[in-house]
Amino acid sequence: MLRTLVVLIVVLAAIGLAAFAYLTTPAMVPASALGLHTPDLANGKTVFHAGGCASCHATPRQDDKTRLGGGLALKSPFGTFYVPNISPHPTDGIGTWTEADFVTAVTKGTSQLGEHYYPAFPYTSYQRAKIGDVRDMFAHLKTLPPVQGRVRDHDLPFPFNIRRGLGLWKWLYLDGKTITPDPSKPEAWNRGAYLVNALVHCAECHSPRDFIGGIIEGQRFAGGPSPDGQGWVPNITQKALAKWSEKDIAYLLETGDLPDGDSVGGDMVAVVRSTAQLPAADRAAMATYIKSLPPVDGPLPPSKK
Amino acid sequence: MIRPLVAVIALAVGATVVIAQQNPIEARKNLMKGNSAQARIGAAMAKGEAPFDLAKAKQVFQVYQETAAKFGDLFPANSKSGGETSAAPKVWEDMAGFKAQLAKFGADAKAAEAAVKDLDSFKAQFGDVAKNCGGCHRDYRVRRS
Repeated sequence: MLRTLVVLIVVLAAIGLAAFAYLTTPAMVPASALGLHTPDLANGKTVFHAGGCASCHATPRQDDKTRLGGGLALKSPFGTFYVPNISPHPTDGIGTWTEADFVTAVTKGTSQLGEHYYPAFPYTSYQRAKIGDVRDMFAHLKTLPPVQGRVRDHDLPFPFNIRRGLGLWKWLYLDGKTITPDPSKPEAWNRGAYLVNALVHCAECHSPRDFIGGIIEGQRFAGGPSPDGQGWVPNITQKALAKWSEKDIAYLLETGDLPDGDSVGGDMVAVVRSTAQLPAADRAAMATYIKSLPPVDGPLPPSKK
Repeated sequence: MIRPLVAVIALAVGATVVIAQQNPIEARKNLMKGNSAQARIGAAMAKGEAPFDLAKAKQVFQVYQETAAKFGDLFPANSKSGGETSAAPKVWEDMAGFKAQLAKFGADAKAAEAAVKDLDSFKAQFGDVAKNCGGCHRDYRVRRS
């Protein structure tokens, strides 16, 4: 009887360990999966601005947004993340990365060393990017100045400091799907849907999250508490933007000005700095898509104090 | 001739006194509302939704300068909360940086007022000066809704 129990426990433990190992193995994109590609540098720059890379990776407290030395502290309910150096510096940045390393990082959230990245890096959105766009962006990053200086490790308490466990998180929140254009919708709408969801990753801040940091799908784009704990990120569905025209949305993405004469603040200032550099047609496409988001009630902000 | 002038001055002085007597949070909000009213006028002209008017264009930058001059004195230590304020704690943690931003805003608005001549120069100046709005709102304001 006791022996049976012991055997049972051992077997269950083995199954559990195997499942954990299986589910948490970081996914990689092998170089062989990437076909021939001639990088389009102009498109790479557009993808770079759409992805808002500089918003987090540009070295803080200086004006040159092409210096991607990292170091910005991102506060979250799980601890503080320190944004890494992604300049082409050979030792402190990503200068030695191959294209496959880069595609793996951006679309699978896995590092060159085969470790999981934390989803503070919005690969939940970037997984939907076209591989050609990611490769063009890599070519663009290579043209930017190398910046010296390694960034310190994240400051996270147990159990969030165990990267392997992130495999389970990814199992819940990554589906690896790309975006299929909807042929019934205009081309601009489809371009907007791709930009908003895959590259510009608007939903990452403009959605409420559950207790382990996954986006609550039913309230995507409906706003929520700011991830850093200060203030509130607004609802951008038609629940809140019914009175906005597409032109108003496009103008905000260009200038940071709201239709009521106010201006954006907080982290949105850095976002606009990137979207301002997109082609006007791309901002208009984003506006077309955002204007089409059906009204959704978000969580209620705490009453003002 | 002298009478209307006196009346205008009296009104201006009166308005200033009224603002000073209000509680600082209300005064802050009124100044920002004044700015946003001007920003709407400016944006309408920049977007081509309203005809360009040089006097209105200059007034946008004049109101900005007045706001920049008055705004920094409206943050006494007892006005950190209450009245639905959106001021971030950083205003008080870094008062010098906050006031430096305001000074730059005022200086930029003054230069813009002098430089604006036609719609094209207005668009350029208006866009540049408006960057100050985001520059300050990024660090010193917290959205609560």
